[in-house]
Amino acid sequence: MSGANGFSVSGYGPERAGWTRVFARDSLARRLDWPILMSAIALSLIGSLLVYSATRNRTEINQGDPYYFFVRHLMNTGIGMCLMIGTIWLGHRTLRNAVPVLYGLSLMGILAVLTPLGSTVNGAHSWIVIGGGFSLQPSEFVKITIILGMAMLLAARVDAGDKLYPDQRTVLQALGLAAIPMLIVMLMPDLGSVMVMVIIVLGVLLASGASNRWVFGLLGAGAAGAVAVWQLHILDDYQIARFAAFANPSLDPAGVGYNTNQARIAIGSGGLTGAGLFHGSQTTGQFVPEQQTDFVFTVAGEELGFMGAGLIIVLLGVILWRASRIARETTELYGTIVAAGIVAWFAFQSFENIGMTLGIMPVTGLPLPFVSYGGTSMFAVWVALGLLQSIRVQRPMSA
Amino acid sequence: MTNIPETGRTPRVQIRLVVIQILVLSLLGTLGGRLWYLQIREGAEYAKEASGNHVQQVVEPAVRGSILDARGVPLADNETRLVVSASRTDLLKQKDDGKAVLAKLASVLGLSAEEVEQKVRLCDAKTPQPCWNGSPYQPIPITDEATAKQALQIRERAEDFPGITAEPEAVRRYPAPGKSNTAQVLGYLSPVTDEELTKAQDTDSPFLRSDQVGRSGLERQYDKVLRGKAGVTRYEVDNLGRVIGEAEADAAQPGSNLVTSIDARVQRVAEYELNEAMKEARKQHDRNTNENYKADSGAVVVMEAKTGRIVAMASNPTYDPNAWVGGISAKDYKTLTGKASNYPLLNRAIQGQSAPGSTFKVISTAGAVEAGYDFNGRYPCTSSYSVGGQVFKNFESENFGPISLGRALEVSCDTVFYGLAHKEWQKDGGIKPKNPNDYFFKAAHQFGLGKETGIDLPNEVTGRVPDRQWKQSYWDANKDAWCKSGKKDGSYVEKIAYENCLEGNRMRAGDEINYSIGQGDTLVTPIQMATIYAAISNGGTLYDPTVGKAIVSADGKTVDEIEPTSHGKLPISKTTLSQMDEALAGVATRGTAAWRFAQVGWPQDKIPMHAKTGTAEVYGKQTTSWFTTYTKDYAVVMTISQGGTGSGASGPAVRNIYDALYGVSDDGTIDKSKALLPAPQASLPKIQTDGTIKSPKVSKDPAKEQRVSQEGAPEPDETQAAGTVQQNTSTNRDTRRRRRRRGSRRMCT
Repeated sequence: MSGANGFSVSGYGPERAGWTRVFARDSLARRLDWPILMSAIALSLIGSLLVYSATRNRTEINQGDPYYFFVRHLMNTGIGMCLMIGTIWLGHRTLRNAVPVLYGLSLMGILAVLTPLGSTVNGAHSWIVIGGGFSLQPSEFVKITIILGMAMLLAARVDAGDKLYPDQRTVLQALGLAAIPMLIVMLMPDLGSVMVMVIIVLGVLLASGASNRWVFGLLGAGAAGAVAVWQLHILDDYQIARFAAFANPSLDPAGVGYNTNQARIAIGSGGLTGAGLFHGSQTTGQFVPEQQTDFVFTVAGEELGFMGAGLIIVLLGVILWRASRIARETTELYGTIVAAGIVAWFAFQSFENIGMTLGIMPVTGLPLPFVSYGGTSMFAVWVALGLLQSIRVQRPMSA
Repeated sequence: MTNIPETGRTPRVQIRLVVIQILVLSLLGTLGGRLWYLQIREGAEYAKEASGNHVQQVVEPAVRGSILDARGVPLADNETRLVVSASRTDLLKQKDDGKAVLAKLASVLGLSAEEVEQKVRLCDAKTPQPCWNGSPYQPIPITDEATAKQALQIRERAEDFPGITAEPEAVRRYPAPGKSNTAQVLGYLSPVTDEELTKAQDTDSPFLRSDQVGRSGLERQYDKVLRGKAGVTRYEVDNLGRVIGEAEADAAQPGSNLVTSIDARVQRVAEYELNEAMKEARKQHDRNTNENYKADSGAVVVMEAKTGRIVAMASNPTYDPNAWVGGISAKDYKTLTGKASNYPLLNRAIQGQSAPGSTFKVISTAGAVEAGYDFNGRYPCTSSYSVGGQVFKNFESENFGPISLGRALEVSCDTVFYGLAHKEWQKDGGIKPKNPNDYFFKAAHQFGLGKETGIDLPNEVTGRVPDRQWKQSYWDANKDAWCKSGKKDGSYVEKIAYENCLEGNRMRAGDEINYSIGQGDTLVTPIQMATIYAAISNGGTLYDPTVGKAIVSADGKTVDEIEPTSHGKLPISKTTLSQMDEALAGVATRGTAAWRFAQVGWPQDKIPMHAKTGTAEVYGKQTTSWFTTYTKDYAVVMTISQGGTGSGASGPAVRNIYDALYGVSDDGTIDKSKALLPAPQASLPKIQTDGTIKSPKVSKDPAKEQRVSQEGAPEPDETQAAGTVQQNTSTNRDTRRRRRRRGSRRMCT
């Protein structure tokens, strides 16, 4: 693969690719990054089982149908895969041109959340109910928009060959572009998403080659911001309580520390091979709250044990490893930045999600990519996967 | 890295990408490591926590077995009380956490709403009593004294009282059949402590938080068999406490019944007579202290001579064991255990020890025979015996001339034993012994003194044989104090201390002389004396006394008999034994106890009576009365501390006990129909498979009936008691002395 220059400019761009050629030598299908794709599919399928295990007895939320969440998770996965194919079809460069439109739509979405259209779930006012039992979480798409928007701005002059690195003005523009939606999301307040976005911005800046001053400046600003947030009481009580419980889970095992404690008990009791799928007593007894979404990893820990839970981490590792390679190997800085942004996003979100169930990170409402139940986040990660595939597939077209 | 030229990327970006990649992988590595730590290293710990999380136990307590007398009359059983309880889980499901229901319940029960809420709240560090310290899944009892009407109100309107139940439950009861009290023998229960809970956690009979544990007497000794096994149902519950499955269920196993050898009627007679004797003794004047006898405590043991089984065991002062049921009040507790209480919880029959006085002479006699003195030899019974300027007087300084050992027992001659003891002491080397034979001390050990008899009651005391070994260890422990306070020319106490300091570790002539008549530092318990006299009766076997006779399962199907076991034989030959037996019969016919038996209508030809009296001196206190007796079937031993002479204070009571056992009237006629227990109860009571017990009715008060039947007086209580005793004691220390000429006091200076 390293002999990438063996590929000359060809007609295999997605725009012109026909399904007839899909399986031909050097075809689109052949050039896809299969390890990433298979890992993502595997994670989604494991996720569907875990979600099923966590919800089959929860009559109060599954409308009396034990398969309610299972089916929906599979449906979400299917829709997500379609979105991925669409994204590959369009190509990340086409989407670069669509950034203004996407950006505008995203802003409208998150602003709509602040209007009476939005609703509150678990203290986070970040949902839009669109009727028929469906709701959207626009902040998930903001993550993609920020990546694409910043990449567009930062890479424009470098890819054009004008400069070696993005200049200060560009960086400022890019930061501004990211800052606006982040502020709005913070108002929701959806702290977890803001944290992910900060990490995305960091990853994007790093990959863009922007001066170290920016990187460290941003880190410093992040730290100062955190202190300010704390001091100015911008956080709600529930958020402070979560952090306090993280610092000392035994503080109040029946109250704030309850989630963390029960999650840790569930995972710890799994041992090497787990209690067996559908046989976890913590899961059956519904001791862990939000187990099909944010705490889905505890189901894996308890019922599949170290082997199963470890497999999830390994699969995530495969995705992140391959994504990093895609970032490194693509010739265009735009693609590199997009891929790196996605790596930062997935990595942080996975680490935070699993870390909180293991008691090494504070509890925030972030889903585990591909595994957690949740339509919007599922769509978003599959779109991101589509972007990665697109970067890889289109690599030869650059230069 | 090889791609750098191809992508045309600057090294800065490339390096940063590698850094990102490494960072990402190390994050994942961190997760993996933490996962390993939780699941593999600490996994077992969490698994345990998880199982505790979702399994809840509901405990159904086992019904405690009854304690029955030899004929099946319950001495301790359970009564059904209506217990109103609240289920916390049910209450918490209600909108206001059950507040309204509890308030309604309070008004039905006539309690305040606050009181009821306090009973239902869970105990924690911040919550003061009252609160519930059991499992929150266990129904919490609110009252065990609900009336049938209250219970009905609750049960009929069950829909108004969700989570509230009114159920009959078993509560311990000591019914005191025929007014028998048996308190110290039965013992009592009190709630299990935290310490016991944790200690018994992993044994085969773990305690429940709600358990009552036997604290003394039979309740303690047989706690494990009486308690049974609680039924435990383990439910799997979810995080809201909703039951999602029943894991396992063990049905409760009711405790077994303990059949004892106690006869409730004889027990009542023994208790009554002991109390009457003590009351009477308090009316008597003590010449030595110039005040009435205090008679502060006493005990009586009625034992089956051929098995060691206890037919009656009374200890005075006593108490009502029902005081402990349902938790003892602070006031009651103080009356039972406070300094001013005279400790009624003590079972003086096994925990009271004092010098045995002349009742010890059977042991000295055995020792003398062992040492080679002929039982029928001639030994001088002089009025006093002098050793090194010290004069040991015979009782009332009487002089019988040379008499046999048997006669010495009959008339309770002290000087005979003084002489023998002194001679043996000299043979053993005097103050500087050389391989002493110590026949007298050896005999005491062989008779089982100085150690527990092994009765099936807890905390029996050993008594004491003041042999050389004991003297040495006692001196080692006390010499410093003695040497400090002792003065050669000081007061009596100071002089004694001075002497003890000098040679308290040595066996002095006076020590052995005093010892030979059961004085000095000798201590015995009533149960030891009963065991010894029963052994003399049965041909020499020292039985471990037993109260428990059989353990019968609740359904009566398995019967586990407790066989009599012995802890030795008396160290005397058959011949000596029969000679001694004859001498002790002589005590009852022409000796010191004749005025209690042969001279007042005892049918000696039909029921041969054997007795020995004892009056022991205690420094600084009034004399202890001892009376040890036996027939072929029973041994009866009574002692009254600070009560007077052996036959004087205890005699009438013991006689009355025998009268009741055999149905003997004062004129000596035997009415078998009035006999309570002419021969020991051999058969066990029948327990039906449904747990009911066939037992004969016990009259309201066998003790009084017995006295009525003897006297024929309609109001026996006062007249009889006064009559019997007065006749023989108060008016008549002199009469008595005259008639009998020898009481049982000895001097020992």
